[in-house]
Amino acid sequence: MKFLRKQIDKIKPKFEEGGKLHFLHSTFDAFETFLFVPNKVTKSGAHIRDAIDMKRTMTVVLIAVMPALLFGIYNTGLQHFMASGKNLEFWPMIGYGLMKVLPLLIVSYGVGLAIEFAFAQFRKHEVNEGYLVTGMLIPLIVPVDIPLWTLAIAVAFAVIIGKEVFGGTGMNILNPALTARAFLFFAYPSWMTGDKVWIGGMAKGMGVVDGFSGETVLGQAANGLNQFVNGFGQKLSNWDLFFGAIPGSVGETSTLAILIGAVILLISGIASWRIMFSVLLGGAVMGLLLNAFAVNPLMEIPWYQHFLIGGFAFGMVFMATDPVTGAQTNKGKYIYGFLIGFMAILIRVLNPAYPEGMMLAILLLNVFAPLIDHLVVQSNIKKRIKRAKIIKE
Amino acid sequence: MFSKKNLKLVTDPINKNNPITVQVLGICSALAVTVKLEPAIVMALSVTVVTGLSNFVISLLRNTIPKRIRIIVQLVVIATLVIIVDQFLKAYSFDVSKQLSVFVGLIITNCIVMGRLEAFAMANKPLPSLLDGIGNGLGYGAILVIVAFFRELFGSGTILDIKVIPQAFYEAGYMNNGFFILPPMALIIIGIIIWLQRGKYKELIED
Repeated sequence: MKFLRKQIDKIKPKFEEGGKLHFLHSTFDAFETFLFVPNKVTKSGAHIRDAIDMKRTMTVVLIAVMPALLFGIYNTGLQHFMASGKNLEFWPMIGYGLMKVLPLLIVSYGVGLAIEFAFAQFRKHEVNEGYLVTGMLIPLIVPVDIPLWTLAIAVAFAVIIGKEVFGGTGMNILNPALTARAFLFFAYPSWMTGDKVWIGGMAKGMGVVDGFSGETVLGQAANGLNQFVNGFGQKLSNWDLFFGAIPGSVGETSTLAILIGAVILLISGIASWRIMFSVLLGGAVMGLLLNAFAVNPLMEIPWYQHFLIGGFAFGMVFMATDPVTGAQTNKGKYIYGFLIGFMAILIRVLNPAYPEGMMLAILLLNVFAPLIDHLVVQSNIKKRIKRAKIIKE
Repeated sequence: MFSKKNLKLVTDPINKNNPITVQVLGICSALAVTVKLEPAIVMALSVTVVTGLSNFVISLLRNTIPKRIRIIVQLVVIATLVIIVDQFLKAYSFDVSKQLSVFVGLIITNCIVMGRLEAFAMANKPLPSLLDGIGNGLGYGAILVIVAFFRELFGSGTILDIKVIPQAFYEAGYMNNGFFILPPMALIIIGIIIWLQRGKYKELIED
């Protein structure tokens, strides 16, 4: 550590005002503050400062995503090995998973950070750290076989149109990771839906054993099955769905791994428990309503099972709780979360053309979050004015 | 006729006073007809004809139109011109007319036409009015053509229905971008044009 610090201090003058490499100062600053806690001190006025800065916040989120990522790597290997009828040996499966998932990560970070750094240099800002999390989330919410060049375009779109045009991290209206996914969903639907794309190598027709189907659980539900099965047609229990060794986007299949992340986020106080709780509540209410009036197998999915399948859990824990795009007021957070859960199940069940209701629900409520906050603040002001009048009399 | 002042009437709306990117008028048809380049060009020309001629006619009549019924008079003139254009398209390029469907008729409600009549033709002589109308039509058309160019290129891989992206690309895994066919992409492209334009001319940036 000391060695690293020394090295950084040695090259620092080059990047400061008047130095040779001053034009790269925001790049340098980004790396320095990533490695060490910055020693900047607020010089004027009274400020309340938390010990935790944005970089540490982002680091905690990254740690929370790790279980989902690791399980995603394992599951990618497992699904591929099952589909091609190989022996399910642990290390080769992990190896295959790494081979598939790492390129997604590299493309996501490479393209996204390049654009972030370019904008920061151009605008003479510091590099924002928001992309550290976004870049990790994007590979986790896409099918494993997505062509890398389409992922690169989607990332560029999300960072430029979703974020930089509004002024960078903290100013964006839509969640950038979901913007990237929505872009892929509408731009290249053949790679985002169907029963081939969710398993590594299957879209290219690589040695699939007879009778294996790579459909996701949600896909099965949309096709009118009310008993979910794995690729070989064996029944899946709720525990199987909870554990998550099923086809799906890279990191969103395992509710267990996501829950570990949720616990980390809640204990560290970084994600809002109000949002998570109310998303669950909204989903449950809508699920129960649909159960009560069920006329087709999709509506008959038990309300609690909705939390185990598709991207509901992942969206709830990592996407809906995004502090930038979510509601800010406490009351607003309840409304925002409730409507996300409510809309997600509604879209998922009543519009089978869009099986991933969670993505669309969160993006929709991202747009409405400022309005919800405005209404909450206004109603509070009204209440206080009323109270003030009574005292005057 | 082509004094500097008159020329400015034509060039200004194409550039710094563009009806779409600066006045933000006529967005709906810009989203609807820009999937392909050909209908966009036809639409651009139709609107240019209508804005130019309606400006000219209204300017000729401007001193005789009673103030209180001016909107009705303007609408009659616009509607007549639009129907002529519509019939003309049906006669000479039926396919494009079918693609544009209701949007030719909807030129009547295009805010640019009415906007120019109210803002310019009612207070200016016929010749400048004609030029102003043509300029605004072309300004609208320019944006339409730019948007349609990118939407057709990336959405369908063609320009004016001629394949421009080589087959080898598709074989290597390239795919047309379905998002470019959907209307939201037109809005995003217009947004990018506005972004670039405001970046170039700082005085256009509003608070």
